[in-house]
Amino acid sequence: MLLKRLIVCLDVRSKRVTKGIKFKGNVDVGDPVEMAERYCNDGADEIVFYDITASAEKRPIDIEMVAAAARRVFVPFTVGGGLRNVVDMRHALLAGADKVSLNSLAVEQPDILHAGALAFGRQCIVLGMDARRVGKSLHFPSGYEVVTHGGRCPTGLDAVEWGRRAEALGAGEICLNAIDTDGMRTGYELEITRKIADAVGIPVIASGGAGTVEHIADAFSTATADAALIASMVHSGEYTCSGIKKELAEKYHLPVRLTSN
Amino acid sequence: MLAIIDYGAGNLTSVKLAFERIGASVLVTSDPAKISAADRVVFPGVGSAGSGMNEFSKRGFKEVFRDAVAQGKPVLAICLGMQMLFERSAEDGGVAGLGILPGTVEAFNFSAESRIKIPHMGWNSVHFNQQHPMMKGIRQDDAFYFVHSYFVAAGTPAVTIGLTEYGGFKFTSISGQRNLFATQFHPERSGAVGLQLLENFLSWDGQVCC
Repeated sequence: MLLKRLIVCLDVRSKRVTKGIKFKGNVDVGDPVEMAERYCNDGADEIVFYDITASAEKRPIDIEMVAAAARRVFVPFTVGGGLRNVVDMRHALLAGADKVSLNSLAVEQPDILHAGALAFGRQCIVLGMDARRVGKSLHFPSGYEVVTHGGRCPTGLDAVEWGRRAEALGAGEICLNAIDTDGMRTGYELEITRKIADAVGIPVIASGGAGTVEHIADAFSTATADAALIASMVHSGEYTCSGIKKELAEKYHLPVRLTSN
Repeated sequence: MLAIIDYGAGNLTSVKLAFERIGASVLVTSDPAKISAADRVVFPGVGSAGSGMNEFSKRGFKEVFRDAVAQGKPVLAICLGMQMLFERSAEDGGVAGLGILPGTVEAFNFSAESRIKIPHMGWNSVHFNQQHPMMKGIRQDDAFYFVHSYFVAAGTPAVTIGLTEYGGFKFTSISGQRNLFATQFHPERSGAVGLQLLENFLSWDGQVCC
């Protein structure tokens, strides 16, 4: 049986992992590669590195960091931030990344999803989608609008429609990050996660808001997400990946990968 | 020396780094002579069967690879590499494979209502149905990482070493015979258990008798 995945997200700023609330007030929590290795050894199923300052600093993704991670991370890992075109994507994949995550760029140039899928296969292309609750309307039938640049820029796109379109263009997976709950640790936005999971035929990753193991269990069972992305829960030291997975298996009877160490 | 065949497939870096992690000295090469000279051979693969077979033939690997298998060198094939060992693949409108193992490669075919996603992507358990020296330190039903849309339909049960279930359907996730061991999953992306399998390959003499 295919197992539910627990993904740890590392937001990297100036080569250090930071964690903020709703993209603000970031604090330093450690070295990205060291942390990624530790999480893998503790049972993380995948790692995501977001080079969160690359775009703002108008530089490509930190390839050195990607290459360093590839030497120490032996589970699939995704990189995002600072990818401007297919050439940048190729560099990241050649450095050892398994997938690339496209967010604002995909909104600005949707064809990049198609070009990426054509060049590397759709399994390499993750659509990162930041969504904000705006209430149901003619323009936003799902009640959620896609936003970019850490929530600063509304796009006018309905989240479900954008998910469907991204799939048709070539996205192989959607990481849905709810802006309203990001870093709040009050639980994922289950409603929009479920709507997107129902609307597309590709895996959906719930992101933004996990604070307890129950939140993760809800993302898997109520929202039918294929994977759940966490950050603060483990960065704070309050939880471990192995502890979370043990509880998901024993208390919630969810199919997860349990490692012996 | 362990040689990784470079025919333009996508996961060379991760396979090489995983072997280096466990202390192997690795040569990534597109030179058929170096493949011939190697003690053990890794046939990696990410991509489509059509372009994979095409590049493999174009670079003159078919003969040296067959020879390596025939000489009894331990050979590990991964993902598309495993699929290319069989007679024929349904991918890209139909592609002839190397025909080293009996069977074909078919597309997963689930009804739309089943909502079963393709590719089969993520961690799934592998059930060994034969004792094999490559299993050392690996538990029955341990999970490995998969990404694929096509699967091997083995021509005889004898070449199926491991099985995996997806969407209620069981497929061959490990195949092989004698000195040939092939996985549909990616050991280089399967954490500690994947590295264990690669370590087993480094110490394997190519014999299957236990």
